[in-house]
Amino acid sequence: MVRLERRRDGRLVAGVCAGLAGQLGVEPFVVRLAFVVLGAAGPYGIAAYAAFWILTPAREEESRRRNPWQLLAYTLLGGGLSLLTGVTGLAQVALWPVLVVGIGAVILWQQASRDQRERWAVLPQGMWWRSLLGAVLVIAGVGGFFAQRVSPQEIPQVLLATAIILSGVTVIITPWLVKLWQELDEERAERVRSQERAEVAAHIHDSVLHTLTLIQRRAHDPKEVARLARSQERDLRAWLYQPKSDSSQMFAAAVRETTAEVEDLHGVPIEVVCVGDCPLDERIAAMVQAAREAMVNAAKYSGAPSVSVYAEVAGDELEIFVRDRGKGFDLDAVPEDRMGVRGSIIGRMERHGGTARVRSAPGEGTEIRLELKK
Amino acid sequence: MTRVVLVDDHQMFRTGVRAELGPQIEVVGEAADVDSAVEVITATEPEVVLLDVHLPGGGGVEVLRRILPSKGVRFLALSVSDAAEDVIGVVRGGARGYVTKTISGPELTDAIGRVAEGDAVFSPRLAGFVLDAFSATDAPAADPELDQLTAREREVLRLIARGYAYKEIAKELFISVKTVETHVSSVLRKLQLSNRHELSRWAAARRLV
Repeated sequence: MVRLERRRDGRLVAGVCAGLAGQLGVEPFVVRLAFVVLGAAGPYGIAAYAAFWILTPAREEESRRRNPWQLLAYTLLGGGLSLLTGVTGLAQVALWPVLVVGIGAVILWQQASRDQRERWAVLPQGMWWRSLLGAVLVIAGVGGFFAQRVSPQEIPQVLLATAIILSGVTVIITPWLVKLWQELDEERAERVRSQERAEVAAHIHDSVLHTLTLIQRRAHDPKEVARLARSQERDLRAWLYQPKSDSSQMFAAAVRETTAEVEDLHGVPIEVVCVGDCPLDERIAAMVQAAREAMVNAAKYSGAPSVSVYAEVAGDELEIFVRDRGKGFDLDAVPEDRMGVRGSIIGRMERHGGTARVRSAPGEGTEIRLELKK
Repeated sequence: MTRVVLVDDHQMFRTGVRAELGPQIEVVGEAADVDSAVEVITATEPEVVLLDVHLPGGGGVEVLRRILPSKGVRFLALSVSDAAEDVIGVVRGGARGYVTKTISGPELTDAIGRVAEGDAVFSPRLAGFVLDAFSATDAPAADPELDQLTAREREVLRLIARGYAYKEIAKELFISVKTVETHVSSVLRKLQLSNRHELSRWAAARRLV
């Protein structure tokens, strides 16, 4: 058993309450409240405090300045209680049960584990109960005034004493409530962090680990392995670096998504660079579809190891360039009935009021340029 | 023969790059973090440093900050990151160019040669970022000389973004490769010296998701 000592660090008067609190394992304010109530009720409380003061040795430690506000609050509380007990007979009848219940509730709250407190704090049902309890207390208090037939002259004094007590309790409890609130806040932040971690873990599991498994299984097929790795890389990049935007709403996101699709389907890496952005409409969506066709052609027929896509929004003009360094072709040599370039790209752009230009020559690669005015 | 130091915290990547570089490149040192990079660069005095953006000990920017004021070394940034903040940050920190790690061996060799000669190297993505950053605001430029791109520079950047090599750009615009290099170097200078805060803010805003 640790010896009971008066605390010099954190004392308000002589460190008796702080020492006792440390010994009993409760918050100092619980002990202080008890002494204030005892002191207000009669000489015994004060005598007890004096006895502790004289009989208990002070602990050897650095003494700090007393907190004047706390001291003032306890003094006010003690004064208010004395006034109340001195002036009316109310205290003997109504105050003691209320005080006992109140202090009991505070101690209960204080001793409850953090989890329990949090449950009490977050349960909406608990909120209801507490509000109800508060309302009952207020009504009982008001009723008490009339039931006790306090004479009209005494009302101001009673009110004053009550106000003093209430403000004292507020000042004492507030720092502790703030501390509790901060703890709750920290815990909430921690929970958010752990949720984020869980999300990252889930993402890595679903995508990266899954892809690595697939790659091991397809190790004999270099093209498929490259495609898997590339698609996983793109997925992670988008997740890490790109602003989240809805591909059904914005131009740049739609271009990126289309590129990803073609890359996945045909296994040819496509480098995409977007500058500027604007909302999608039906015509712009058609332009993206035309670009898709151009990418598919480049990936399927050009034989180039990679394709470059550049999409730009400048003012009200949209442009998409799809370029490869593949074998190229002669547009005039393509039969009229072939849908690819003429129908899906040039025709589509013209139907929507844009233009498509194809620049290609055998051996020099191909660049298709799509233009559209908003 | 260009003397090069490789700075990257992945041993596997350094080995891969070493094997892929052409015979005209001599790797004189390697480093895996900021402190050892500063040490190796000071000791070997290479012409070009291949610098990873993400390094333990403060990142590539920290190496630039410690080395650039005293040494005439040129830096080429190399990264897997696509974040505008990283790309713009390292170039504004003093790197002569930025390429992604997916670049092929011959292309990287070529880029190192160009940086060694004092030219700038822009990947399509960096070109895209620059175009975006310089057009992101309608606010009048404080210093038009530094805060705006000329029409020609814009054209060159757009061709880089479209995947054109310098030689192809020269042919397309009927100018010499040397002129293309001049334009790109001038864009690099603006990117590094322009103190319009929109640039940094733009890059940071791109990061917000």
